[in-house]
Amino acid sequence: MPPAVVLVTGVSRWLGGALAAELARDRAIERVIGVDTIPPSPEVLRRLGRTEFVRADIRNPMIGKVIGTASVDTVVHMNISSTPVGSGGRGPMKELNVIGTMQLLAACQRAESVRRFVLKSSSAVYGASSRDPAVFTEKMQARRVPSGGFARDSVDIEGYVRSFARRRPDVAVAALRFTNFIGPRIDSVLTSFLRMPLVPTALGYDARVQLLHEDDALAVLTRATTGDFAGTVNVGGQGTLLLSQLIRRLGRLQVPLPSPALGQLGRFTRRFGFVDYSPEQMRFLNFGRVVDTTVLRDEFGYTPRYTTEQALADYATTLVPVIPPGVVAGVTGRAQDLVARIGATAGTVGERLRPAPPSPGLRAVRDA
Amino acid sequence: MPEARVIPLRPDDEEPRVPPPSSASWEEQVSGGLEFLRRRVTGDYDTDEFGFDPDLTDHVLLPMLRPLFERWFRVETHGVDNVPTTGGGLVVANHSGTLPLDAMMATVALHDDHPARRRLRLLGADLVFDLPFIGSLSRKLGSTLACNEDAERLLTGGELVGVFPEGFKGIGKPFRERYTLQRFGRGGFVTAALRTGAPIIPCAIVGAEETYPMIGNVKTVARLLGLPYFPVTPTFPALGPLGLVPLPSKWLIAFGEPIETASYGPAAAEDPMLVFNLTDQVRETIQQSLYQLLLQRKSVWG
Repeated sequence: MPPAVVLVTGVSRWLGGALAAELARDRAIERVIGVDTIPPSPEVLRRLGRTEFVRADIRNPMIGKVIGTASVDTVVHMNISSTPVGSGGRGPMKELNVIGTMQLLAACQRAESVRRFVLKSSSAVYGASSRDPAVFTEKMQARRVPSGGFARDSVDIEGYVRSFARRRPDVAVAALRFTNFIGPRIDSVLTSFLRMPLVPTALGYDARVQLLHEDDALAVLTRATTGDFAGTVNVGGQGTLLLSQLIRRLGRLQVPLPSPALGQLGRFTRRFGFVDYSPEQMRFLNFGRVVDTTVLRDEFGYTPRYTTEQALADYATTLVPVIPPGVVAGVTGRAQDLVARIGATAGTVGERLRPAPPSPGLRAVRDA
Repeated sequence: MPEARVIPLRPDDEEPRVPPPSSASWEEQVSGGLEFLRRRVTGDYDTDEFGFDPDLTDHVLLPMLRPLFERWFRVETHGVDNVPTTGGGLVVANHSGTLPLDAMMATVALHDDHPARRRLRLLGADLVFDLPFIGSLSRKLGSTLACNEDAERLLTGGELVGVFPEGFKGIGKPFRERYTLQRFGRGGFVTAALRTGAPIIPCAIVGAEETYPMIGNVKTVARLLGLPYFPVTPTFPALGPLGLVPLPSKWLIAFGEPIETASYGPAAAEDPMLVFNLTDQVRETIQQSLYQLLLQRKSVWG
């Protein structure tokens, strides 16, 4: 049964806006309500179509009134910030993530109309450490529980959502653990990180990275909202790449720095609202994280259209490479030609200097 | 027939006239190297979810280990036909020698001496993956963390997994205890094999014990550096970096007959008695095989 009234939080961000726009296109859905603390940009607003925008802070109880009066039956919670850069520091970020979720869940618990709750969670809940298994399935837990930052928030949020599911067993709860988003339009921690021409990384470490294309992210969110899946699912593209490989494929220059220096740089860049090098982000850059997507394909019923490699290639079309692969290919091609020519010349010179020895047949005659 | 003997007129006449076709000309080698560099600079190669980088392994890491394998340790491999050509398998070996050279040599042995050129996916301690450079290089060489999740995932994927159940107890044991197997962990490797039905291939490695004979262990320094042991060998740390050169002992690697586990069924992994018995069986096989190899070896440097 398709939902009648959908509430989407965090609609002013790219993914939230895109989901609201997608749902608004679906005529089976009566109303789509978008909520955010900041109004969407004119561009997003144009795309939103018949979505009704409510400027509300999910951190205050007003959200309950919105849900109650509109008799919302499906709530998609996407107002979770992954970096302190955009949300004005770590304090406000944590408040938005944790307190915001608690308020929203409290409102949902009161509202009889709510039948479905979709959480945009993150594979960050698995943490990142040297003690991790290479691939996480939904049943596994972080070996080292993340101590702070976005990962900690994600663990807390999932915890609150689980207790909500226990208190309201009639509500179907879907928690989507997304890997890193990438694509030409989405703005994520990773995209801004890779947009820099020189990419500082931790010296001596190389993370395994699994990516998800923005179109697949949108498709999974839409399916989770309109479908009937309940439970937890990892969402990521097929295949992995190493961080160094990622940087090379984008034609970026990798600048490996010793971890303490990288921490210093992180404090410096954060002050200027630049790129996030928090301790948690650093751990991810050191070890990386890969999730198993069998549940996504078999139970959730969606196979991502882009593999990690293809998603990166699509993102690469929006970047101007510092080291264009064409130039590299040209240089090595020319060098190979040169080597072949030198080889051929050396061969002919060698033949002139040392005439070919007589064939074995002649030798037999000579020996006789 | 002494009359018919060919007496060479020029001594160099005896040399083969046609160069063996296998060795590429230097132009081809340089050209291949340039192609490799292009791939590395543009990131145009594949890696798997464990971080294994076959391109780097085949073109850099294995060629670097090969001289050590062929010339320095003159490794002799026995019983490669006991290792299956396809499908999963768990190679269980003894661990020794202060630094895990035995793991590297077993990798080269299975790649170079096995007809199917099998890749050995090693399981390492978490300390390995915590260390900069060493951790990321190990992953690129195909290693992953020694945990049941990873072992089972590799085995179900049809990979050959290499495990050293003695762990640090084996590699960091004093020289006087050479060739005596330590406790075999908690038998985690047996449960992984039982759950996936993969055969266990016992492997005995002789020679690694003499590469860095450990005559002392400075526990205080080890604790300061967060290492499981800090070795003192006849050359290290007395000779500084020169002490890192392994002694050129003669190596023998023998793969024993596979122990089949599929018939027990995956539920057998929950039977601790069976797991203990299988663990002991594997341990005994390796110990016996070690004694046999030691008798075969003429001398330590032979």
